[in-house]
Amino acid sequence: MPDLGIEVLLKGNNLMRLLAGLGVALKISLIAIGLSILLGILIGMLVNGKNPIIKGIYRVYLEFIRIMPQLVLLFLVYFGTTRAFGWDLSGETAAVFVFTLWGTAEMSDLVRGALISIPKHQYESSEALGLHRSQPYFYVIIPQTVRRLLPLSINLITRMIKTTSLILMIGVVEVLKVAQQIIEANRMSSPNAAFGIYLTVFLLYFIACWPISRLAAYLEKRWR
Amino acid sequence: MPLYQKAAILTIRLGILGIVFSILIGLICSFALYYQIPIVKRIVAIYIEISRNTPLLVQLFFIYYGLPKIGIPTNAEICGIAGLSFLGGSYMSEAFRSGLEAVDKVQLESAQSLGMNRFQTMRYVILPQAVSISIPAFMANVIFLLKETSVFSAVSLMDLMFTTKDLIGLYYKTTESLFLLVVFYLIILLPISIFGSLLERRVRYAGFGD
Amino acid sequence: MAEELLTIEHLTKQYGENVILDDVSLTVHKGEVIVVVGSSGCGKSTLLRCINALESIQGGEICLRGEKIEQEGKNITVLRQKIGMVFQCYELFPHLTVLNNILLAPVKVQKRREEEVKAEAFELLKRVGLEDKANSYPRQLSGGQKQRIAIVRALCMHPEILLFDEVTAALDPEMVREVLDVILELAEQGRTMIIVTHEMQFAKAVADRIIFIDDGKIIENSKPEQFFSHPETERAKQFLNMFEYKRK
Repeated sequence: MPDLGIEVLLKGNNLMRLLAGLGVALKISLIAIGLSILLGILIGMLVNGKNPIIKGIYRVYLEFIRIMPQLVLLFLVYFGTTRAFGWDLSGETAAVFVFTLWGTAEMSDLVRGALISIPKHQYESSEALGLHRSQPYFYVIIPQTVRRLLPLSINLITRMIKTTSLILMIGVVEVLKVAQQIIEANRMSSPNAAFGIYLTVFLLYFIACWPISRLAAYLEKRWR
Repeated sequence: MPLYQKAAILTIRLGILGIVFSILIGLICSFALYYQIPIVKRIVAIYIEISRNTPLLVQLFFIYYGLPKIGIPTNAEICGIAGLSFLGGSYMSEAFRSGLEAVDKVQLESAQSLGMNRFQTMRYVILPQAVSISIPAFMANVIFLLKETSVFSAVSLMDLMFTTKDLIGLYYKTTESLFLLVVFYLIILLPISIFGSLLERRVRYAGFGD
Repeated sequence: MAEELLTIEHLTKQYGENVILDDVSLTVHKGEVIVVVGSSGCGKSTLLRCINALESIQGGEICLRGEKIEQEGKNITVLRQKIGMVFQCYELFPHLTVLNNILLAPVKVQKRREEEVKAEAFELLKRVGLEDKANSYPRQLSGGQKQRIAIVRALCMHPEILLFDEVTAALDPEMVREVLDVILELAEQGRTMIIVTHEMQFAKAVADRIIFIDDGKIIENSKPEQFFSHPETERAKQFLNMFEYKRK
């Protein structure tokens, strides 16, 4: 029975190395998601205003980020900034930067959408009840917005974790890269290790994302 | 430039093939879920969870480097198409399923009360309505899948990303290659995106009858 | 007495522990107009849905001309063609024009010639005063117009019996009349119909017999004159009193 990678996986600290690789991916996506949520809420509320110039700039930013594959954005930032500004960003910094840029765009659009979707009579009826100034926001609008927003932004987290798989292409040592290294190191002793190792990576990503997307689905159902 | 054209054509070709298979898989899966076919519905549900919760790149690596080791040969193009279809199938299935479920139950009943059988009900009443409801989600998926083709370069397909990386590596023409990269993706994606939002507006605001 | 068209014997319908229809028996003769009344949730709509096999039944049987109506089985689509039904909410197909809504089932299900059905459709549309709407889509019509089209659509299948499930309940008051007029005309033509409604004036005018259902049971089955002037049961009296609006 040829070894399909299980032995290699259990050999030495290979499994730990893979997990550490996943850790890097998770770290990057968590930092980025944190920043994205903050900036996204801020920008989402800002563009809900009336200033046409802000709205125009925002539109271009949003459409551009949305339409470009994330990998292209990574390349632009990683290779482009070196050339254009002489920055020498590390892969990780570039990744955090790009994911924040992308996450902020998506998040702000979610916030904007949630704010718009609150019917106008909600504002009016809370005013009719005698709430004023910030009170309608705190007691009526924000709780409703959060309910609409939370499942969607949790989904955004899983999308971001999945997308971190791309950062190996700009030289960050994450799970896939570690997997490649392990397979390379054991090329002679067990040439078929690729199957088991990549299967493990596959499962690792699934284990990381699945509970989060279940949570989102659950919240969505409960709060509908 | 000619390199980019060739790469763009490859991207489009693989993208379209992947999307076609995604639609097929999606239709089959959504029917299985809609009609609640025992067992099959379970398998479909598991497939959807797996496919939606893992990155395409990892799926590709597994198909491209992993599968040959247990005797399933793949080449880069087939691998790309297979990976994209595996991922896209679940997204398309979700789009179609929500379209099917959005059709009011009374529509189904009135079709039945007119003596239509299951097939006729689906063919003449449910499906036409479900398709138009699914269009926004469907278009979003098409764009999403075309964007995802960008990771094909990782399994050494000579697509736009691969070409760019090559040019940067070989000639240090960073700015030019990056510029062309963006331009070519815009050429591919912008028309679809605009077409999609036009279609969506038509479906949403006009509906049938204008 | 005319021949028996529809017979319901000891019909029982349950949702789990919840009994909706309890041992309901009813015979409908050809040409008869039966109006079913009762308070909301008493099971009268469910009765119609059972007749059209849209609901499973837990006991008893329903027969159309001696043929048993079962939810499963091959001939249910054939039987349903003989039973026309109009629902409370406008169930026209939104993606088809009025004409295609009407043509769909006769042409695709009954395989009749399109020309012939079209001629009949226009004839019927003219009778309900909507021949100019043939090429409109449902969303361009008012609720009353949609319901009249739904009736035409059911008629085009040449059903032997028509079921009306609170067809005016979702309509604005000023549109109720135009729909009821159409149904009354059908009654005068001698169609067999079972009508569930809350319009008591209409019930009095159109019915040959009134069925009063309470808590899943038929507790009165009488001529309209008798039901409205001398109801036999206390429940029926209470029910009819609700329609009188007096200052206490």
